[in-house]
Amino acid sequence: MANWVRSIGRELLGLFVDDGSYAAAILVWVGLAVVALPRLGLGARWDGPVLFAGLAAILIQSVLRFARRSR
Amino acid sequence: MGTTLVAAFLASLVECVEALTVVLAVGSVRGWSSPLAGVAAALAVLAGLVAALGPALARIPLHLVQLVVGAMILLFGMRWLRKAILRAAGLIPLHDEQAAFAKNAAAMRDAGTGHVSGGPVSGGPDKLAFAAAFNIVMLEGTEVVFIVIALGAGGSGLLLAAALGALAALVAVAGLGFALHRPLARVPENTLKFVVGVLLSGFGTFWVGEGAGFAWPGPAAANPDLAIPCLMAAYLALALCLVPMCRGRARAATVEG
Repeated sequence: MANWVRSIGRELLGLFVDDGSYAAAILVWVGLAVVALPRLGLGARWDGPVLFAGLAAILIQSVLRFARRSR
Repeated sequence: MGTTLVAAFLASLVECVEALTVVLAVGSVRGWSSPLAGVAAALAVLAGLVAALGPALARIPLHLVQLVVGAMILLFGMRWLRKAILRAAGLIPLHDEQAAFAKNAAAMRDAGTGHVSGGPVSGGPDKLAFAAAFNIVMLEGTEVVFIVIALGAGGSGLLLAAALGALAALVAVAGLGFALHRPLARVPENTLKFVVGVLLSGFGTFWVGEGAGFAWPGPAAANPDLAIPCLMAAYLALALCLVPMCRGRARAATVEG
């Protein structure tokens, strides 16, 4: 039973985390964006696009770094 | 609501295909009654989980649910999108259902009978076959439950749409598996993961933004729901650009090396 619960836990964690630094970067950016963007005074309409731009940058950086390292 | 249903259907389809491969491998080697009982037991547990967790979400403030679930969907969707881009660029191997089927079938053959009675494969309850089918349906099914609850958490009526999408995927995969009696190797799993990654990344970004009280530019300022297809289109365009870029980077790294 304990093994089964552990494997369910591993599977659930695996749902969200594949590359640890990638997952951490997403969470950190989401946290920063939620806390800081409204205080920056960019204009409320730009908060959503800036959130997307940060996430897009994280995706770009992660896949290109993987590609550079693979031979 | 339609987008939620499609996203739940496609995401659940991938998980159902993976579970079907293992159940077919178990059933073809050890007989069908015990694995089917395992599948039925796991589905009953999962239905109980949805029934318990779905209404509980309704008691939490919507913006908090959107923020937390949005972040979880982002992690989930962007993980699939990253993997699908790398697979499409040829940097990591594609998932092979035939190979997974052969591996699981061999494991079942090597594992002994596991029968309560110790009898032949065709007689008595087979604990090992039951447990293997129960485990895989619980594991993949837990992912489906998460997808349903996450996609359904964004507003009223969405839980039903997400559940219907997942149910349709289950019926489609079970029907095809029953008809073909072999793994669904021709399902374009990477294309599905690519599409689902785009859909979930769009949903996740939108819900994080909604949960945080962000506004959206253009027509989405008046109707925020319009931001969802825009975000999905942006993720799709980005991902399609990244595939050739990754191939180029990998080639350049090989030449330099």
